[in-house]
Parts: sequence; C-alpha cells; structure tokens
Amino acid sequence: MARKITYREALREGLDEELAHDDNVVIIGEEVAQYNGAYKVTEGLWDKWGDKRVVDAPISEAGFIGMGIGASMLGIRPVMELMFYSFAYVAFDQMMNNAATCRYMSGGLINVPIVVRGPANGGTSVGATHSHTPENIFANMPGLKVVSPSTAYDAKGLIKSAIRDNDPVYFMESTVLYGQEWEVPANDELENGELIIPIGKADVKKEGTDISLIAHGRAVITSLEAAEILAAEHGINAEVVDLRSIRPLDEETIIDSVKKTHRAIYIEENKPFCGVGAQIASTIQERIFDYLDAPVLRITSVDAPAFYSPPIEVEQLPQAKDIVAKALSIC
Amino acid sequence: MATKSKTNGSAPFADAPINKSLSADDKIALLREMIRVRRFEQVALTQYQDGKMGGFLHLYIGQESVATGTISILGDDDHVITAYRDHAHALAVGMNMNECMAELFGKATGCSKGKGGSMHYFAPDKNYWGGHGIVGGQTPLGAGLAYALKYQGKKGACLCYMGDGAINQGAFHESLNLAELWDLPVIYIIENNGYSMGTSQERSSAHPEEGLAARAKGYGMAWAQIDGVSLYEVRAGTQEALERAYNESKPTMLEIMTYRHKGHSIADANAEKYRSKEEIKKYMDEHDPITFWKNVLIAEGHITEADAKEITKEATKEANAAVKFADESPYPNVSEITDDVYWEVDNNTEAGRTGRHFFG
Ligand SMILES: Cc1ncc(C[n+]2csc(CCOP(=O)(O)OP(=O)(O)O)c2C)c(N)n1
Ligand SMILES: [Mg+2]
Repeated sequence: MARKITYREALREGLDEELAHDDNVVIIGEEVAQYNGAYKVTEGLWDKWGDKRVVDAPISEAGFIGMGIGASMLGIRPVMELMFYSFAYVAFDQMMNNAATCRYMSGGLINVPIVVRGPANGGTSVGATHSHTPENIFANMPGLKVVSPSTAYDAKGLIKSAIRDNDPVYFMESTVLYGQEWEVPANDELENGELIIPIGKADVKKEGTDISLIAHGRAVITSLEAAEILAAEHGINAEVVDLRSIRPLDEETIIDSVKKTHRAIYIEENKPFCGVGAQIASTIQERIFDYLDAPVLRITSVDAPAFYSPPIEVEQLPQAKDIVAKALSIC
Repeated sequence: MATKSKTNGSAPFADAPINKSLSADDKIALLREMIRVRRFEQVALTQYQDGKMGGFLHLYIGQESVATGTISILGDDDHVITAYRDHAHALAVGMNMNECMAELFGKATGCSKGKGGSMHYFAPDKNYWGGHGIVGGQTPLGAGLAYALKYQGKKGACLCYMGDGAINQGAFHESLNLAELWDLPVIYIIENNGYSMGTSQERSSAHPEEGLAARAKGYGMAWAQIDGVSLYEVRAGTQEALERAYNESKPTMLEIMTYRHKGHSIADANAEKYRSKEEIKKYMDEHDPITFWKNVLIAEGHITEADAKEITKEATKEANAAVKFADESPYPNVSEITDDVYWEVDNNTEAGRTGRHFFG
C-alpha cells in the first residue's frame, strides 16, 4: 500500500527535492520562511535550507516577482510564492509583459525559468479580491505555461517539472485541496528514484464510455464525485479527464476520450467568458465534429465576482449536482 | 516630527486647539466610541469561533484610538478609505453595529448585502469608501478621492489608511508622487502596528532613521510621527494635516504608532511566535489606548471607573443585539449573485439592455 500524503506535503516534498537538486533554486515570497508559509506549504524549508534559499519578501509583488524574472535571466531558478494567486494582478505587468516576451523580443537569446506558484481558487469566503482564478488569463499569453494540479501526486510531480522547465511556469493550486490526502509513492518505491510528471500531459482520472467530464484543478475532484453519482443513480459511465496542464495542452487525450464517449462537458471554477472550457470546446468541435452526439457544454462559476456569503458562494461554484444535471441533459 | 510637551500637568496635546474645544461629553463620547469598536470585535470573535462566518476576520483591538481619533475631527467634505482591517473606521464614520455584524454573517441585511464580508465594508453615504482586501490597493484610490474633492472645489480631505507593510507596494509610491506633484488633499495614515502578518517592520521596510513616514521626505511631502496611544495626540496631529489639506491643498504622510493585541487574523496561529508574550503583555498593559483615555478622563474628573464599566456594559448590549439581528436576518438569494455587477444593468438602462452582459 503506497503511503498517503496531503497536497500541501506533496508540494513541500517537491520543493525540498528541487532545493537539493539545484543550488540555483531559491524560494521567495511573503511569509514563506520564518512564518513557514501562510498556508504552511513551505513549512520547515527555511529551518532546513536557511536564509539564502528561502526568503521572506516584503509586500511588493510587482517588485519581487519582477526581480525573480530578472534573476532567472542569469540562471537563478526562482520559485515565487503568491500568498493568493489573486495578488498576481499586482504583478501583472511583470508576469504578462516581462516574463512572457523577453525571449521573443530578444529573438530567442533569453529564457526565463521562473515558477510563480500559489492558490488560485474560490470557495473559502474570502471575497472577490481574494478569489480570482486567472488560469485562462495567463494561458492566453504565448510564452507562458499554466499548470493546475488536482491531486497530491500531480502536485508533486508537476512542481518538480515546473522548476526544471526553462520557461515561465505559473502554477495554480487550491487552498481547498491543501489538506486532502492522496497516494504518493516515496522515492525509493519509484523506478527512477523520483516523481516527475511532464508538463503538457493530461490524465484520465476515471475511465468511462458514455460522456467525458473534462476539467482542471479542484473541478476534477467535483467531476469525480459527479461521475460516482452518475454511475450509481443513472447508470451512466462517465470518463473524467484532468488537463493538469492548461498550456501546453494535451489535446490528444481529450480527443481520444471524446471520440470514445461522443459527449463532453468542460467543468471549471473559472468564469465562463473565454474560460479554459471555451478553448477546449472549440478544439473538440473543430477536430472531431462528426463524433459528437451533442454540443460540448461548459460548467463554470456563476458569472460575477466572488460572493462573500458562505452559503451563497457554494452555489456560485460548480457542484456535483450541477454536473449531474448537465450530463443528464445530453445523455 | 511631533514633540510632546506637558503643560500644567495635563495630558500631552490636551491644550491643542482641537482638543481644548472638547467638552466633557465629547470626551466621554470618544471613550464610548472606542469601547464600542472593541466590544463589537470581541463579540464578533466569539461568533467567528462559533462558526457564524467564513473567511478572514482581522481585528483592530489595540488600535482603536487611530480610527476613532482621526475620524472624530472630520467634516462633511472629508472622506475615508482603508484596508481590510476596517471595522473601526466603519463604526467611527457612523455605520451601525447591526449592518456590520450582519455583513460578517453573510446576511442580506449586511452593509454590502453579504457580498463583501469583513474586509469589504462600504458606506459612501457616510463618505466611507471601504474596506479593501489587496494590500496597498486603496492608496491610489485615496489620491483619487482627494483629486475629485479638489476638482470640485470642495474644502475637504481624504484620509487614506494603510498598514506598515503596505507602504512597500509600488502603487503607494506612485500615489505619493502624484499627491505631492498635483497638490492633492490626501492624508496617508500609516497605522504602524509593528508587523505585517508575521514579519516585523524591521524585516520588511528600508526607511530613514526617523521612521516610516520620513520616506515622505523623498517626495518633498510633509510628514509626522504620532504616538497612537493618546487620542489627544492623534487628534492634534491629524488636525495639522487637515489644515494643510484645506488651506494649501497639500498631502501629508502620518505614521501613527500602535499595536494589535490579537493575531493578524483569526487564522494567525503564530501570533505568539513572531512576537514574545512579554511584548504583547507590555502593550496591552501599558499602551492600551482605551485604558489610557479612560485614565485621562478619570484624571480630568469627567468619569469614574464605574462610569467606564457602564459604558462597556452598554456597548456589550449593543453588540449582542447586533448578533441577534444578524442571526435573525435572511441570507441573500442565489439569484442576487449577478446583481450589483454593472450599474447600467442594475438600473435597466438602454446601455444595460444592449448586448449580452453575463455568460455561462
Ligand atoms: C497584494 C497583497 N499581498 C498580500 C496580501 C496578504 N496580506 C494581507 S494583510 C498582509 C499584511 C499587511 O500588513 P500591514 O500592511 O502592516 O497591515 P496590518 O495587517 O498590520 O494592519 C498581507 C501580507 C494581500 N491581501 N494583498
Ligand atoms: Mg502592520
């Protein structure tokens, strides 16, 4: 029986292993060192690695992330923590303009191996300013990579790949998932001694035949719940596809799944307008229109800034019951 | 920098004109105001622990003199904007405990209809522009409120509050330049409680020897550092800045030294790790602004200990009534999620009816 660890511990293991793997890896962010991280992802790392490798930053997101981008040009591999991904908007110019275009505008002379990670989710009643889900916004920009793991296993394998990647990787986590446990093998149980998941590979989290529920981040977990209900109560065998990486995108896994099931719903906690699901829906109809038995549908959060009131915010975000209802409408 | 002068054994700054004009009743009202803020928050804390609200709750306990003192001298054309530690400013501008408690509970009767929560209180009818969750995000808005006042020829100022950690945001520095360059009547008030979450001021800010507000020198802006424990001093220092805003349309940066007794928010499990228990106790025992003011009023012969207890009792009653109100209020309807997004849509104007505004 493989050991179980939390999503938070998985990230921490990945960070710890990469600090060991490469002297140029440095973790910078607000409260990441002495406080052990606002969400305790970096707990113990400052104790172990010291001031040079794990650094507390003042509240200056544009400054320290921009600094990380500059440092990465000279070979540092900064892993920047945003306490909330919502705060990326303070650093938007650096993350969108500088990180994404230096390579292009230099005709390929420069590369920017930075990771910016942190939680990008709603559902915790922290209000509109703290509940942004910008994965579609950043994925819109060529030059950037966007990753959003849904399990501890994926979180560990992907954070390690992100840090080794030679391009900017924006790594979006979920505070709701931090405390959840999944099986993650210890390194000595693995053939090559470590867990690495390539960026750009989707994962079929549950095989099925009747409909493809495609999602990223926590919406994958909600989709798995819905798939159980569909099987138990409606005799529908849903397949659940987890993108894991939004850009680069594993189109083949999506296409293979929908070719088999002929029906697809994209589920995300993002807003609908030009959401990730819009890109996926477009891809599916363009490539395999003839395989479809129904239009590709999307489920997103209700189209408004995040509502504070706890019971209302629950209704604003996709729930298993919404997925079940939408699936039944096309199955 | 402000200097302390004692005259005739009275409390420092008691003789400043803005304080001399206070009647005994005015002074007692200021004590009541601070105690109301504290009791509101202490009761809110117990409700949080009972699971009545979600998200964050940032308490102002220990800092009451700052909001109460600065806001107590404002006039009709003065405006207020702050960060997420916003309950005290809300009560000080005259919002009532019911709407504030109901907002924490996420109820439809809350000041923001349950949409904003603890960090996002607003009352434009009371010149209160929030309640902002993004550290430093309110600082350009403060300049903007001042800009509008000046543009419209009003003799008013904007009090824009922030924490000692917020002064390191780029937007704040851009705002300082604009404020001084364009002569905007904004007063930036740094509530220096020594910490931004678990990071001490020493670990987060490079600044001149004289303190954080002395950074204003780089912009040629007037500044002062104020000991926040005393309402007299807070009021006197703010008055100087207000006059500069009214008479010269010039900004000021004030740094008011204060301390938060509780953790950064209720979720701050480390509140007694990055600060020693002794340090917290020292501030609670020796620098509590409510105890300080109560003692001033007793020394001046305006109240007795028993009067102060009675004020606390009344404030507790008011806060408990607010809990009852919040408890009994309904939650918003799910259909309200897409209300209050666009003015034009809410008001069903031609513009609001043209094109699709909502998706999904
Ligand atoms: C842009 C941004 N970065 C980080 C945070 C998280 N955060 C909220 S409050 C805070 C500390 C702020 O400290 P300070 O400005 O001193 O205000 P205080 O909490 O002491 O009142 C941090 C880091 C945030 N809300 N917004
Ligand atoms: Mg502070």
